[in-house]
Amino acid sequence: MINLKINNISVTVEQDTTILQAAKKLNIRIPTLCYHEDLCVAGNCRVCVVEQVGNKNLPASCCTPVTQGMEILTNSRKVRNARKTIIKLLLSEHDADCTKCYKNGNCELQDLAKEYCTEETEFYIDLLKDKNFTIDMASPSIIKDDSKCIKCQRCVKTCAEIQGVSALTAAFKGADMKISTFFEKSISEGVCTTCGQCINRCPTGALTEKRYINEVWAAIDDPTKHVVVQTAPATRIALGEELGYEPGERVTGKMVTALKQLGFDSVLDTDFAADLTIMEEGTELLTRLKKALVDKDPTVALPMTTSCSPGWIKFCEHAFPEFLPNISTCKSPQQMFGPLSKTYYAENKNINPKGIVSVSIMPCTAKKFESDRPEMIDSGYKDVDYVLTTRELALMIKQAGIDFLKLEDSKYDPLMGVSTGAGAIFGATGGVMEAALRTAYEIATGREVPFENINIMPVRGMDGVKEAKVLFENCLPDWSFLNGVELSVVIAHGLANARQVLQSVKDGKANYHFIEIMACPGGCLGGGGQPIPTSPEIRQKRANATYEEDMNMPIRKSHDNPEIKQIYKDYLEKPLGHKSHHLLHTKYLKRKKY
Amino acid sequence: MAKSLKKIDIIFIPDSECPYKVLENSIKKNKEDIIQNLIDSGLRGRGGAGFPTGLKWKFGAKAKGDEKYIICNADEGEPGTFKDRKILSEVPRKVFSGMGICAYVTGATKGFVYLRREYKYMVPALEKEIKIFNKKAIELGLNFNIEIFLGSGAYVCGEETALIESMEGKRGEPRNKPPFPIQNGYLGKPTIVNNVETFVSSMMVCKMGAQKYSKLGTQDQHGSKLFSISGDTPKPGVYELELGLNVADFVEEFGDGDTKAVQVGGVAGFCIPRKKFAEQIIGQGPTTGGATMLFNSSRSMYHVLQNYLEFFVEESCGQCTPCRVGTQQLLKGIEAVKNGNKAPAYLDELVKLSETMKISSKCGLGQSVANSFASIVENFREEMIY
Amino acid sequence: MSDVTEIIEKQIKKYGKKRETLMPVLQSIVEKKHYLTEDSMLEVAKNLEISAAEVYGTASFYSFLDIKERGEFVIRICKSITCDMKGKNEIIKALENKLKIKFGETTPDKKFSLLLTNCIGWCDKSPAMLINDEVYTELTPQKAVKIIQDYYKK
Repeated sequence: MINLKINNISVTVEQDTTILQAAKKLNIRIPTLCYHEDLCVAGNCRVCVVEQVGNKNLPASCCTPVTQGMEILTNSRKVRNARKTIIKLLLSEHDADCTKCYKNGNCELQDLAKEYCTEETEFYIDLLKDKNFTIDMASPSIIKDDSKCIKCQRCVKTCAEIQGVSALTAAFKGADMKISTFFEKSISEGVCTTCGQCINRCPTGALTEKRYINEVWAAIDDPTKHVVVQTAPATRIALGEELGYEPGERVTGKMVTALKQLGFDSVLDTDFAADLTIMEEGTELLTRLKKALVDKDPTVALPMTTSCSPGWIKFCEHAFPEFLPNISTCKSPQQMFGPLSKTYYAENKNINPKGIVSVSIMPCTAKKFESDRPEMIDSGYKDVDYVLTTRELALMIKQAGIDFLKLEDSKYDPLMGVSTGAGAIFGATGGVMEAALRTAYEIATGREVPFENINIMPVRGMDGVKEAKVLFENCLPDWSFLNGVELSVVIAHGLANARQVLQSVKDGKANYHFIEIMACPGGCLGGGGQPIPTSPEIRQKRANATYEEDMNMPIRKSHDNPEIKQIYKDYLEKPLGHKSHHLLHTKYLKRKKY
Repeated sequence: MAKSLKKIDIIFIPDSECPYKVLENSIKKNKEDIIQNLIDSGLRGRGGAGFPTGLKWKFGAKAKGDEKYIICNADEGEPGTFKDRKILSEVPRKVFSGMGICAYVTGATKGFVYLRREYKYMVPALEKEIKIFNKKAIELGLNFNIEIFLGSGAYVCGEETALIESMEGKRGEPRNKPPFPIQNGYLGKPTIVNNVETFVSSMMVCKMGAQKYSKLGTQDQHGSKLFSISGDTPKPGVYELELGLNVADFVEEFGDGDTKAVQVGGVAGFCIPRKKFAEQIIGQGPTTGGATMLFNSSRSMYHVLQNYLEFFVEESCGQCTPCRVGTQQLLKGIEAVKNGNKAPAYLDELVKLSETMKISSKCGLGQSVANSFASIVENFREEMIY
Repeated sequence: MSDVTEIIEKQIKKYGKKRETLMPVLQSIVEKKHYLTEDSMLEVAKNLEISAAEVYGTASFYSFLDIKERGEFVIRICKSITCDMKGKNEIIKALENKLKIKFGETTPDKKFSLLLTNCIGWCDKSPAMLINDEVYTELTPQKAVKIIQDYYKK
């Protein structure tokens, strides 16, 4: 243990603790910029410098381990002066017109400027005007604005450490140093998976999502358009964070009311489509298992992987195209909902699908890319017209002057608005797996999954890779081939973990039947479109809310959803039937690896 | 030669016997004795940072690890420095001998010469010598061999952790210290990084003995050092001089009769104006890399400072704010004062900025810009304005 | 691309397929092909199994790993203070006139590129320049032009 003093207060900490961590223990806040809980320490912005008695230099507190007898001052004149200088330096290479910026009000540089620069009269020379910076708007999901970049490299480290993709890099040196892609091409041209994790960790407005708020307002304002909206499971447990709530607050009912007040013609639920995905995907898994175990068909692709995470899909298309046959052919819930909104829904309501605008609210930036995929037109129109992130929805709610905290709860509209606990847990890592098992096990055995309260604990939690086994026995006659089969499943979240799992399957080191992969840490609840900031603590709170939502649903299994029973009876006939194949299933394509 | 300027001939005189004889004798000695001898000699690193060499080798010996590395820092990028060029061209065996002794006392089995790209023309000759050394090492039963690693053009890679990053195939961005390369260096293993001249001097200390070596020089700057002398001088070149020299005597010997300023320690060092020649000792405080440039009265110190700042702006690795942005602000700042866009008082703001860079930058590059900036602005203020 | 692949495979054979081999690989390609193209960097990424962005980020850091098109002979005139004092501007002008290009550019016949570089360690014999790996010191405008003329004969 090490004893040291910070601002003359004694504290004892373990070896290898940093000054920043020791200060936190004393509730002393040292400002940071390049530091992030999810990432390895960088130590390059130098905002967190502190004074150490006896040291003529100021150590950076995020990366300096404490030593015995160390005396640190976090608020001396020297420190305040250095911090102010560093912030002013950053502002000199930054487009500081906050009024025009999407991150106005939620920008870490703005916060620091507010704390240190409000009484400043002299600022440094503007360095931006002589530079050629670019604003890359070519991607359907991500906007990269170099004029706001402070070169903290959080995005580079996120893409490398958490996602294992490395689509971004620091390039050049000196005054030319910038954050770039391969050969400075648009991010839309490389191996970027559009997951948006970089956006979640960017402290300024350098990386933001491509916004469609104006387009959605235009559709709502257009009297000739019938605007339908679907909401993702992970939005309802995080939207509150943008509107005055603490992380972990469920605001489902208020969210539906707000959407109605914004002017959407019908407020429906992606969770319904999640239940639909389970029906299709569960049947697909059992079918593949039958082909493998009964027909002994060597061409059947196992393990099967989930397909609802478009960031994961794009990643697989780039990095592991040999696994494309393994991916479930099911579209994601968003993309199942889309074509149904312009066929099933349109027919039911007697509305010309040409006049339907289908909008989705997602915790995700990859969903914007997904809705733009050229093959997503099975309804005869663009299946999903616009995707808004949770953040964009919050902005629309504010623009409309809605006092969110005071709203009453509302229910979703019928036809595609009823869902289950199984649909709700899609938002957490392990959720799709759990929902699928709840249905597949019951289809095969006629019994509920053998876990207390049908909560399948082994697939839950924040470990990067989770394995579980479920023994199938005493199956119904049609499924007797599964007797004695120990279904081996694995769940990975974050693409670096996905890579690890796929590599182990490729190397023959692992034998799984079913793999759930989410591109984002924590699953969709940690998605690229969710409220910023993100941290392990915040994601855990959102996960708790997700499972709470599940426990509070009257129906908790997808196959028990009455609207699901209805759509099969009235429209789709059966899972993997002809109509399902046309509307609800898709193909993937190989993309360049490098 | 001026009275305090004693020219020594230790490094470049041809030896009566091959430097590998010193290596051969050293590996018969007790490792701790060799290290203690080095500590007693007071030898400090000759690359610019000036860390006590004996202490570094002691830590290297103590470091725990199955693999240890020795790196000879031949990235000589400091403007005005060219002594390592001469050493590697004329007496490379002394360098390798020093590396061999270091490997012996620390237990390292692999050595690299990190050679700057600009010296690529030396590679054929050096590889011949390295082949001879590697053979000799086997002969002597020393489990140690050397190879060249070529740089690719980055001044910042003279900083030991940036150098290591570059050897690992990455951008030359300095690391956070601690941990130091001694504990966590190349590929995470204990690594001893020393300048070319330091290895030569270490070998000489082993040969001469600490007592004889430390008699040279001053109380806190022991021994001799190579000085690279250039600029407005009739005799540019590399000179081996005792430390603790008086600048006035230096100028008397090497100046062209009209010396206005002496830049000591390269652009990362200090600029000494004529009025301070008498009181200034070269190498006071930490040893410098020995780059000494003389400017006569025809030179514009504004132009000199501008040249230095353009260098720093380009060569900064770019990762930390004070250096990446600070260097640009200093350059634009003096230009703005010169062309009247900023008041002369802005120079004081800039000096303050350079002081902040000195104490908050991540590595020696950003930390040393203030040396020349402050010394030139303070001593030649009129030239910055008019 | 096969000749670039050959160059890469030779380095991998020597040093192994690891990140540390990136510098020797990039240096070898520049040595043989004068600069790094988009395709050659992709080839490096593929063979070393590193992301293309990381190859680019590393290459672009170093002044001698050219990612812009360069000619067969790359002239680098030192612009650090001593060479500057001793007349580098006259050398630059002379070569700009001789080659009919400005510094930073490459001749249309792709024979010469004219660049400026920071201290190359020949301050005692300034002004100095590099042409590829060769060093030329104590230059005068006439001497520099003559050196270029001799290169044309090569």
